Amino acid sequence: MAAAITVRDLHKSYGELEAVRGISFEIEQGEVFALLGPNGAGKTTTVEILEGFRDRTSGEIDVLGHDPRTRDRDLRARIGVVLQSTGIDPYLTVAESIEMYRGYYPNPRPVDEVIEVVGLEQKRDTRVLKLSGGQQRRLDVAMALAGDPELLFLDEPTTGFDPGARRNAWTMIRNLQTLGKTILLTTHYMDEAQALAHRVAIIARGEIVAEGAPGTLGGRDVAATVVRFLVPVGAEPPPERLVDGLEVRDGAVTLRTTAPTTALHRLTGWAIDHGVQLDGLSVTRPSLEDVYLELTGASESNDGEDEPVAAGRGRGRRRR
Amino acid sequence: MSDLALGFRQVRWTNRAFWRNPASAFFTFAFPLMFLVIFTAIFGGTTNTAFGEISTSDYYIPAIGTFSIITATYTNLAISITFLRDAGILKRIRGTPLPAWAYMFGRIVHAILVSLLLVAIVIVFGVVFYGVRVPTDRLLPFIVTIIVGAACFSALGLAVTSIVPNADAAPAVVNATILPLLFLSGVFIPLQPGNPWYVLLAKFFPVYHFAHAMLAAYFGAQIREAAWQWRDLLVIAIWGLFGALVAVRRFRWEASR
Repeated sequence: MAAAITVRDLHKSYGELEAVRGISFEIEQGEVFALLGPNGAGKTTTVEILEGFRDRTSGEIDVLGHDPRTRDRDLRARIGVVLQSTGIDPYLTVAESIEMYRGYYPNPRPVDEVIEVVGLEQKRDTRVLKLSGGQQRRLDVAMALAGDPELLFLDEPTTGFDPGARRNAWTMIRNLQTLGKTILLTTHYMDEAQALAHRVAIIARGEIVAEGAPGTLGGRDVAATVVRFLVPVGAEPPPERLVDGLEVRDGAVTLRTTAPTTALHRLTGWAIDHGVQLDGLSVTRPSLEDVYLELTGASESNDGEDEPVAAGRGRGRRRR
Repeated sequence: MSDLALGFRQVRWTNRAFWRNPASAFFTFAFPLMFLVIFTAIFGGTTNTAFGEISTSDYYIPAIGTFSIITATYTNLAISITFLRDAGILKRIRGTPLPAWAYMFGRIVHAILVSLLLVAIVIVFGVVFYGVRVPTDRLLPFIVTIIVGAACFSALGLAVTSIVPNADAAPAVVNATILPLLFLSGVFIPLQPGNPWYVLLAKFFPVYHFAHAMLAAYFGAQIREAAWQWRDLLVIAIWGLFGALVAVRRFRWEASR
């Protein structure tokens, strides 16, 4: 199947500032793809270039067989856009706003169907100005769906939501996915990317520093497990030769290991033999957040002088 | 749906949103009437104008008509469009297949319709309270003048948004550009006979010609003017085309950052 979006070596400069520095990725049809990164990483610039709102400095782009730069009407009829910050006429009702947008598209979806997908049935005839922030955001999505697009851009769809509203939005986005839509999502929430996306690209300072399925991103699946505990005051810490990779510092013990079963067996055996409690014992795998902070944080502090160690693990990384 | 149908559909949506804000709609219509009452009260009886003595209430029907049309087109469009631009509403529209011209068509045609309604209200008010006459025998030139003027000032209203940095600045920029011309063109205080420097200056701008064409179409032979003021209409049309050109080339759909 042809890719819905292909981006090759995309660059965008604003004067001296290089906002996007050579990004490449591909999104398959029916896929939910997340661009994850901190504010100012270049997510919105990238997405708005794909939507045709901005021009690029260089690079090749194909969106549903079109170059978005031409602002082709046929392309606009096949995409739905939820911008990061956007407005809706405050004096129209929910149903009217959707109805107005339906008229712009050749094959629109029925109003009530769209309202149902975003769960605004109760607010059907409420004016936009009376909606809460979360409800307005859902109406944003509804209006983007009015034309029954094949491809949907969601730029930070849940920023500013309370946890309940975010869960509702996630359910809604999963519904869209079951409709067979291709979705490009940007977010700075790790859990959101993990919950929704088939694939995630982490973007920092205008570059993709890692790309892959949420479970394997940045080598999470093969990364070391971390075991941590505290030795009670007065007790003797375990000898470092007990297990490879054991570090003892001021009674805090940290162990990084790729063979956690054996290591834990030895540690707990040692503890029982010596009658020592392992206070606050924890066994953790790196979360997506750990990977994210390592990748985005590392590139921040190194300021590009060194290759960030973790970044080398990511697929699809491009340097200028 | 054909593109033209899209355009007319956009007129309907613009209209619906317009009436949903009753305070804004009410004052759009009440403001000119207020001015009509105030000026007629202040100047009373008859007024000395460049065309001789005219009944004050009569003079202010086309003059306030001119003012109300400019308010409904230039002022309202410029302020409303910069608000929509800052609120991200325009950018969102820009992301749909709706052609840009169809959106503008909706806004301009709606502003012209509001203009016609405004002038009708001003005349009805004048008939009821001041016993003015309706220029029934010059209705065609009167209506054509209104439409040409409303279209011109709509185009200029869209054009001026390109130099308005944000919605907060819009009323200041709009008033600074239009109020002096309204005064210099005799819309608020009738011009006297002769051609002082400020009238020569005003003649470069469309407000003077629009006000003059409105007066001529309304009074006709009574002020020894032809109802059709072709030269005025031409100047207005040129300014309108200039405005449209600037709007097409310089219009911004997004708030500047």
